[in-house]
Amino acid sequence: MAERAQPLGAAHWAGAGVAALVLLAILGPLGAVLWRAEGLSALGPQDHGAIRFTVWQALLSALFSTALAIPVARALARRRFHGRTALIALMGAPFILPVIVAVLGLIAIFGRQGALNAGLAVFGLQGIEIYGLHGIVLAHVFFNLPLAVRLILQGWLAIPAERFRLAATLGFTSRDIARHMERPMLRQVLPGAFLVIFLICTTSFAVALILGGGPRSTTVELAIYQAFRYDFDLGRAALLGLVQVAICVVAGLLVLRVALPAGMGTGLDRPLERFDAQGGWQRAGDMAVIALSAAFLLLPLGAVFLRGVTGVAGLPGSVWQAAERSVVLSLATAALAVVLALPMALLIARGRAKGLLETIGALSIAVSPLVIGTGLFVILRPHVTPGSSALPVTGLVNALTALPFVLRALVPAVEEAEASHGRLARSLGMGGWARLRHVLLPRIRRPLGFGAGLAAAMAMGDLGVITLFATPQSGTLPLEMFRLMGSYRTDDAEAAALLLLGLSLALFWIFDRGGRVNAAT
Amino acid sequence: MLQLDGIHLTLDGFTLRADLSVARSARLAVLGPSGGGKTTLLNVIAGFLRPDAGRVLIDGRDVTGWPVPERPLSMLFQEGNLFPHLGAFDNVALGIAPNLRLGDAGREAVTQALAQVGLGGFGDRRPGDLSGGQRSRVAIARMLLRRKPLALLDEPFAALDPGLRREMLALLDELCRAQGLTLVMVSHDLRDAERLCTDLCLLEDGAISLNGPLAPMLAAPPAALTPWL
Repeated sequence: MAERAQPLGAAHWAGAGVAALVLLAILGPLGAVLWRAEGLSALGPQDHGAIRFTVWQALLSALFSTALAIPVARALARRRFHGRTALIALMGAPFILPVIVAVLGLIAIFGRQGALNAGLAVFGLQGIEIYGLHGIVLAHVFFNLPLAVRLILQGWLAIPAERFRLAATLGFTSRDIARHMERPMLRQVLPGAFLVIFLICTTSFAVALILGGGPRSTTVELAIYQAFRYDFDLGRAALLGLVQVAICVVAGLLVLRVALPAGMGTGLDRPLERFDAQGGWQRAGDMAVIALSAAFLLLPLGAVFLRGVTGVAGLPGSVWQAAERSVVLSLATAALAVVLALPMALLIARGRAKGLLETIGALSIAVSPLVIGTGLFVILRPHVTPGSSALPVTGLVNALTALPFVLRALVPAVEEAEASHGRLARSLGMGGWARLRHVLLPRIRRPLGFGAGLAAAMAMGDLGVITLFATPQSGTLPLEMFRLMGSYRTDDAEAAALLLLGLSLALFWIFDRGGRVNAAT
Repeated sequence: MLQLDGIHLTLDGFTLRADLSVARSARLAVLGPSGGGKTTLLNVIAGFLRPDAGRVLIDGRDVTGWPVPERPLSMLFQEGNLFPHLGAFDNVALGIAPNLRLGDAGREAVTQALAQVGLGGFGDRRPGDLSGGQRSRVAIARMLLRRKPLALLDEPFAALDPGLRREMLALLDELCRAQGLTLVMVSHDLRDAERLCTDLCLLEDGAISLNGPLAPMLAAPPAALTPWL
């Protein structure tokens, strides 16, 4: 609600200033990329291959993620069992799970020397290969199956409870319920879920970096990285960056609308009251689906834990130094993300230029971090050495990446606080700091903690921009882990993975808890 | 026709106790404040909730352990009685064929039921293209088509304006008489009850505080009924 009589206070100027800064920090590098890419030769055949591969793997990933999510969501919707709430909470976890840790876990289960191939060998069957298209799709399904399950489960829970009762009085069988209630719901929910996952997968970098890379499994983002890092062909990197921007612009805006969790599975743990599907076979089938999906999500993480736990104490000093850098970087990123998000959220909640501000806040989703990184490099190169600017640039880009998520958590809470107590505070003459400190902050502690935790965990696990710039002296923990994997020091890599996983979860947990303790709402 | 025998049910700290008997073709209004247990009572009769103790008898048969679909009853809910993606004809047809496979006789019966509620020719309309009153009529047509002897109504017309509500109650009155339906209607409006029902019970804090034929109660209202007049 816009209250026009109110003069524009300091908080508003701060919000407008921050929005301008964010816009500059995103569009500036983008402009630099555009300027650098101008007048260059067209894309080569391998670049076209990269575009095709990007789209193809994303299509397959989205197809498998959504198709497999349907039975899982149905089973979760209609069964009650111990651990159901925990399993649904786990479905929100991929957002704070470092990609490289999950991939290492997947290699432990599905890799050449993994558990699955060992099992296949017992029966004399040929093993599977995790590098290349298979592995990229597998990892994408690992990350996006939970997202698809959450989206579809929401659809199931949105079917009014009364309708299930009506179905029961009309004597519907499970088949009738599927036909009249579930399929219409799926027709509504599935296209959105498919699209979101497709788009997320077109912009995924770390998975392709670790599991792809050959001429037949290079994505556009990976091609940018290679052009930048191996060939130092800034022009080609910039041109590929433009292609990625085109993909992302379509992608990001749609993703923001559907995909972000408002909390860790909150509200999704209400089981449906079902009066059908009580037969033994259906029950057994549902429980098998639940067990399989839980195993798929938990076994790789369990493998990371089991293999890593003995090695943590013996990790080389370089890993600990990287971990230290990562923690500092992640705390700074969380702080920066909050400092950027809070004034913007205040301004958005007042309804001033809401659409414009929200677009600016979501902009970083539409521009690949790698492209922003490339642009910042183009801008900074004449002034500083890349190595020394690696960490600040990474922090800035990570904060920009986290901004839409933090805003998404903050804005509704700020709007609610303003609506419920804004007039009272104004009538008491509370303004500026007093109002922020005593009225607003106590009421938005929870989403603030959640948002900061999300930003910290995302920064902790990020393996993106840092790969462009880092020197051996300025690597983060995910990058150090990637180097260990690259030099086949598997034991150290697994221990580092456990350390990284622990740090990411701990950072998220501390912030999220901090927001809940003594929270006013 | 319907008998509740020593029903006892505790749910989240709320306890419902009910002994009740409804004669064939009688129409009972269940009146009471929100949270008094009206909907819980209907849910016990329909089988959505299993009582901790006591029996539900319909037509002299103990149906306490029966699954919902096997009980000889129809139910009208407060809302969500229709499937939004199906036309009026299909929504009514679900009452006799959940898989929508109808013979000629079935089609004829559905057409007739729609005509009976004044919706002849509206079979193709989806709920979104019908008015609130028309949607209620579709739901009533389905109830009639099912020909179950007992009908449970959970404030089905609460969302309609008073004029339309009167119209629906009159329609139900006429159709109930024609089929000899036994009816239990939850309401929080005594005047609605007056229009349709023969008996009244008052349900407060999970217990029946008043129960009997409606006309004498209206002629000489007991103290418990005064807040509802």
